[in-house]
Amino acid sequence: MRAIRRGRVPWGLRLSATAVILFLHLPLLLIIVYAFTTEDKSYQWPPPGLTLKWFAVAWHRQDIWDAIWLSVEVAMVSTLVALILGTLAAAGLYRSRFFGREAISLLIILPIALPGIITGIALRSAFNIAEIPFSYWTIVLGHATFCVVVVYNNVIARFRRTSANLVEASMDLGADGLQTFRYVVLPNIATALLAGGMLAFALSFDEVIVTTFTAGQQSTLPIWMLTELVRPRQRPVTNVVAVFVISVTFIPILAAYYLSRDTVHVDGSGK
Amino acid sequence: MTDITVAATGWPRMRRKLSDGLFQHPVLFLLLLLAPPLIWLGIIYLGSLFALLAQSFFYIDEFSGVVVREFSLRTFAELFTPANMDIVVRTVVMAATVTVAAAVIAFPLAYYMSHYTGPGMKAVFYLAVMLPLWSSYLVRVYAWKLILAHEGIISWFFARLGLSGLLDGILAIPIIGGASLSVSYIGMFLVFLYIWLPFMILPIQAAIERIPRSLLDASADLGGHPGQTFRKIVLPLAFPGVVAGSIFTFSLTLGDYIIPGIIGSSRLVIGQAVYIHQGTAGNIPLAAAFSIVPIAIMAIYLTIARRLGAFDAL
Repeated sequence: MRAIRRGRVPWGLRLSATAVILFLHLPLLLIIVYAFTTEDKSYQWPPPGLTLKWFAVAWHRQDIWDAIWLSVEVAMVSTLVALILGTLAAAGLYRSRFFGREAISLLIILPIALPGIITGIALRSAFNIAEIPFSYWTIVLGHATFCVVVVYNNVIARFRRTSANLVEASMDLGADGLQTFRYVVLPNIATALLAGGMLAFALSFDEVIVTTFTAGQQSTLPIWMLTELVRPRQRPVTNVVAVFVISVTFIPILAAYYLSRDTVHVDGSGK
Repeated sequence: MTDITVAATGWPRMRRKLSDGLFQHPVLFLLLLLAPPLIWLGIIYLGSLFALLAQSFFYIDEFSGVVVREFSLRTFAELFTPANMDIVVRTVVMAATVTVAAAVIAFPLAYYMSHYTGPGMKAVFYLAVMLPLWSSYLVRVYAWKLILAHEGIISWFFARLGLSGLLDGILAIPIIGGASLSVSYIGMFLVFLYIWLPFMILPIQAAIERIPRSLLDASADLGGHPGQTFRKIVLPLAFPGVVAGSIFTFSLTLGDYIIPGIIGSSRLVIGQAVYIHQGTAGNIPLAAAFSIVPIAIMAIYLTIARRLGAFDAL
């Protein structure tokens, strides 16, 4: 193949591809450097000195820990709800053709296709109308709604690649529905569920727009971060938290990628 | 031959009968599968969405500031005042600029990824695009707050090159400039571009990947100059991918209110207008009317995109 030979890569193309990759990654690297700066009143570059002090300061901040735990709890419950609803929807839609099928798949995608602020104020005004007090559960309600699509995308892609004959064979051989699900369906979709679940977790853990409308007084980690962004109090502590968030989110993303390598394009269009 | 199902009694027997029943009634089974997700999304999500949109037909009493729950088009009349239309136009222009710029800088990378990388390197590039896409939105915005700050790395870089005058000159340009990068439209544009760029790269890459190599070879064999091959073969075939990517970049920029609040000029965009009207101003009807704007714009956009074949490229 002519195109693949390395020697003939146009240098302009290689240069611009490299530049775009750098553009995507240098800002993240920069935050890591800032986490060690001794300057705490401005965003001065280059840092006047380097210190590990802010990691210790951040470690002892109770408000940060509270925010992290709230985010983890919300993400876990939302992921669980999304796993159940997304798998059911995928199982229902992957093989059947009926009137309204397109409408249902649109309905699943809609919560992330529409701007988050619309989902946010729609839920907020609905909670107000129904007089539901804002709590941990209203946050979960919002998050689960837009996490369904990630699980759905991963699981339906897997269903399309597994043969439907397997289920029929299992039933013919005398297994009942529960056994078929446990021994045939579940092992087939397990990694897709894991990948979808991890992406749903990452999506919920990072969500800020819908959360600003559905949270009462509680502050999830992104809400904490947003407050610091708008009115910085202790800048280096925010830098440390940012580094923490980067490292925590990279792990599930990498894992999800390796679990669903064959359905990567589906993941990509998920968020 | 013994019938194995007869042996089962009690719960296993019930389970078997249930499974057989469901297998014989696929419609019932389908309903059971789809009921929970449909109830959740249909009632909680669609219900609140319609409740919100319906409120755009209410209006706020100018004297008491109380929402009057009667059908009226008064709120829409308010939406179409010049001041509010200004907000809409400003947001659409920003979204369009970001989309075009994203397409222009995403294309070379997507092309390089599809044609000049082996399987191993392709995975590396793929992850290099995916990681920023999935990593924290706020952290990435925060990174740009550091970069664009007056005392930040860009000012430092220009100063080191002795080009501070050039930066000041760019910032002195009316409308897009400002006191510093972090309060200018240039800054807002850069952050939007950075945040949504991966959404443009991935669909373009997928579209280029699908172009058969034989077409490129045939074009070259027939005497096509690389530039001609690019214009007449690659670009038309990759275009649906560009349109698919533009759906994301355009729609996401259109609805964002966090980035304009942190970086950029103090003039409002649609998202901020919605936020302010529902919050401090307490004018839910106008907020609802404002949120119809991006939905309507995206509906038109998606109709055009469908004609251009973007949905096959997703």
